[in-house]
Amino acid sequence: MTTLLILIVLALVAIAIWQMTKIFELSQLKTESSQIANDDDNKNNGYMLFAFLIFIYAITIFSFWKYSKFLLPEAASAHGADYDYLMLVSFAIIFFVQTITQALLHYFGYKYRGEKNKKALFYADNDRLEFIWTIIPVIVLAGLILWGLYTWTNIMDVNDEDDPLIVELYAQQFNWTARYGGEDNVLGKANVRMIDIDRANVLGLDEADTYAADDVIVKELHLPVGRKVNFKMRSQDVLHSAYMPHFRAQMNCVPGMTTEFSFTPIKTTAEMRQNADVADKVRRTNAIRAERAANGEDNSDPWEFDYILLCNKICGKSHYNMQMKIIVETQEEYEEWMKSQQTFGQLMATNEPGPAFNTPLGADRN
Amino acid sequence: MSVTAHAHVEDHAHDDHAHHHHKETFVTKYIFSQDHKMIAKQYLITGLIMGFIGIAMSLLFRMQLAWPGESFPIFEAVLGKWAPDGVMDADMYLALVTIHGTIMVFFVLTAGLSGTFSNLLIPLQIGARDMASGFLNMLSYWMFFTSSVIMVISLFVEAGPAAAGWTIYPPLSALPMAQPGSGMGMTLWLVSMAIFIASSLLGSLNYIVTVLNLRTKGMSMTRLPLTIWAFFITAIIGVISFPVLLSAALLLIMDRSFGTSFFLSDIFIQGEVLHYQGGSPVLYEHLFWFLGHPEVYIVLLPALGITSEVMSTNARKPIFGYRAMVASIMAIAFLSTIVWGHHMFISGMNPFLGSVFTFTTLLIAIPSAVKAFNYITTLWKGNLQLNPAMLFSIGLVSTFITGGLTGIILGDSTLDINVHDTYFVVAHFHLVMGISALYGLFAGVYHWFPKMFEGKMMNKNLGYVHFWVTAVCAYGVFFPMHFVGMAGVPRRYYQNTAFPMFDELTDVQVLMTVFALIAGLAQLVFLYNFISSIFYGKKGPKNPWKSNTLEWTAEVKHIHGNWDGPIPEVHRWAYDYSKVDENGEYIIPGQDFVPQTVPLQKDEEELNH
Repeated sequence: MTTLLILIVLALVAIAIWQMTKIFELSQLKTESSQIANDDDNKNNGYMLFAFLIFIYAITIFSFWKYSKFLLPEAASAHGADYDYLMLVSFAIIFFVQTITQALLHYFGYKYRGEKNKKALFYADNDRLEFIWTIIPVIVLAGLILWGLYTWTNIMDVNDEDDPLIVELYAQQFNWTARYGGEDNVLGKANVRMIDIDRANVLGLDEADTYAADDVIVKELHLPVGRKVNFKMRSQDVLHSAYMPHFRAQMNCVPGMTTEFSFTPIKTTAEMRQNADVADKVRRTNAIRAERAANGEDNSDPWEFDYILLCNKICGKSHYNMQMKIIVETQEEYEEWMKSQQTFGQLMATNEPGPAFNTPLGADRN
Repeated sequence: MSVTAHAHVEDHAHDDHAHHHHKETFVTKYIFSQDHKMIAKQYLITGLIMGFIGIAMSLLFRMQLAWPGESFPIFEAVLGKWAPDGVMDADMYLALVTIHGTIMVFFVLTAGLSGTFSNLLIPLQIGARDMASGFLNMLSYWMFFTSSVIMVISLFVEAGPAAAGWTIYPPLSALPMAQPGSGMGMTLWLVSMAIFIASSLLGSLNYIVTVLNLRTKGMSMTRLPLTIWAFFITAIIGVISFPVLLSAALLLIMDRSFGTSFFLSDIFIQGEVLHYQGGSPVLYEHLFWFLGHPEVYIVLLPALGITSEVMSTNARKPIFGYRAMVASIMAIAFLSTIVWGHHMFISGMNPFLGSVFTFTTLLIAIPSAVKAFNYITTLWKGNLQLNPAMLFSIGLVSTFITGGLTGIILGDSTLDINVHDTYFVVAHFHLVMGISALYGLFAGVYHWFPKMFEGKMMNKNLGYVHFWVTAVCAYGVFFPMHFVGMAGVPRRYYQNTAFPMFDELTDVQVLMTVFALIAGLAQLVFLYNFISSIFYGKKGPKNPWKSNTLEWTAEVKHIHGNWDGPIPEVHRWAYDYSKVDENGEYIIPGQDFVPQTVPLQKDEEELNH
């Protein structure tokens, strides 16, 4: 990597020196003092345009070769496969168009570079050509629009069919909290005006609401595999965005309203760790971390893959560290875990402070 | 129409005589000038200074991204208390990102680009002695200057400048307890922008009136150069959409200072419940993007207009499909006002609205594609004079295509879900509007430098160095960035170290930063060339690029009124390059261009474009 950088810098310096010497030459000659491109300039820059086309292709191929492995692994949600497929097709179209148009643009720049006494073609209009390159994008885009909208409508249709698990994602500077509906799978009423930090009612649940008593409030999101999850998002202070890239899911959390998103996780965390791409990524990352450890640097503990929820809407100082772990597991494991959790009712009854929900974790870590 | 226009021309010729004997002082000539050429230069130089600040900021935060937590003496030198021991503070990182965006979008690419070239070219290319109102024009510049000064002052506020992102979404931007930058820094940001909007409106109204009323005899709308069409339509979308941003800013000021609840509701912060009830941040997003999206085209259309003119002149060919180009500009302008929701697919607004905005957004790709193909066809079988301005124009088409294509991904509500607010977006808009518009700005400066500085020309070889280094680095920074976004890295993260899944992306960050630093150095070459050419530039011929448009018939020396004699009359469109008669001979023997002032020759066919 460093070698590559050095090579690039050297190449650029070389170009700069080449051009600088030209300036020097020209200033020596004095015969040609015009600042208007002459045949030599046209020739040199024509060749450069062709070289630039090769550069564009090179950086494209290089990026794909070196960086494709950085892309997110296959989707871990039911709708994710549709998403990935649409993305793939869109990219195929984009690269096809990109390759051709850049070639034409730069090749024409090279081919038709100016020469004294050459005559350009007076060619001002061609309705047929213009019709062709209007109608082709129209058809292609119409296809993409229809397909996109069909997928969009399916993804965004949050409904109560198939007995979805109801989960609230609650955002605040700079951490996440999740709330489950409990036995009845119904979330109790809540509002920031009912927040009572002293009694650890940090999400502002209505203690009088019977639905609230069995709600379960946690700092780690556990989801049973194969069951649809309907998320209700809330924020108590500024805009946040619940971004779960492995599930191709994202929705903003807006103070004053509840937003929704729904998906079905289809791969448990354990299964995802077996995925070849994921395993490779973990290996590469841990190699980097081992190197850090060897150099005595921070942030060098070995990493194990986990799904993650990130904040993806600028929310203040520790925006870059607002995260929550997501664990997808089998139904049995999920029930086991759920049993060990305290309900909101129990929490209020014991009135113990509970885990320190309201400390700005990120800020502390700094 | 032609009769009245003619009468007007005569009138102006008389007016002008009076002006000549009017003695100008230093103040009226260089400071409170009402001459559009001087105002254009004022816009350009103010814009370039702001651009220098904006680009320098980006280099600082790129260094932080590549080497997170590293100590750099330069940070301490520039940022002072915001970089204790040379390590950048997280709040300062957000402030830099915010002000970089604000300065580049509004101060450099709106005022610096459109302000400069609309002022310089509208009167000169339509054959007018000056803008419709020289006074309003002067006022417009000085309001822009004031807003620039306030924006720069805001950088030195105790609690730091605005840091809520250039879109300043409330509640983050409304609550000083949410972020220190939302105190005095944000107040100054809002005041600065309110003045900026007023300046932009005064300018735009002036451009519209001037184009509609002051065209010289024979200059019908369909004979206007595409530059003027672009500036004209840009001014119209400015007038339609900027007032909405003003209302958003005013409502936000009220929420911040007077306790109203337009955008705020149900907020619990730092241990207490705030009184706000019933407002919606989503409303702010609608208002902001109602300007915010057209703004992209306010930035881009002038660049495309400049490219059309520069490309046609240097290709020695008419622009291909003049009518289609005008129609595309209009279509883009119209569509640009009804696509804003694609910034808000996952804002919590109704998904059905998302569908509507996907539809309108993808439609905008059609006129854009037409423009790109027309540019390419303009090059075909040309006799390309590869001056620096021409290279920047070709570069613009290249980045416009590369950046525009990924818009197909982002404009599709489905695909937006997972790349929204990631580096994929950053890569997309920097290529399609940032770099492209900057290239348009550079093309304009190289091409019209002789017009701005009384015949002096910029050094072409330094221009070539500037272009090639910039072109390589622009792709070097923003092409790999798409992959960072596709890996799921959110934008506006101070560092990516809190997520092991982003560990292996550090190398890419370093690569992008190295390219960015080199690109920054290349801009110094431009700066040197620009300044030294103002003082020591060699004078070129009166019409150095052998162009057809009217500005090259005006006096080289700047006089109030542009033409010493009567205003020229126009007989043809602006693109009769390499036009031949039946025998294959040029219309004017030995000359491959026919200026707009040359009457139709005997038997010459006027193209019914």
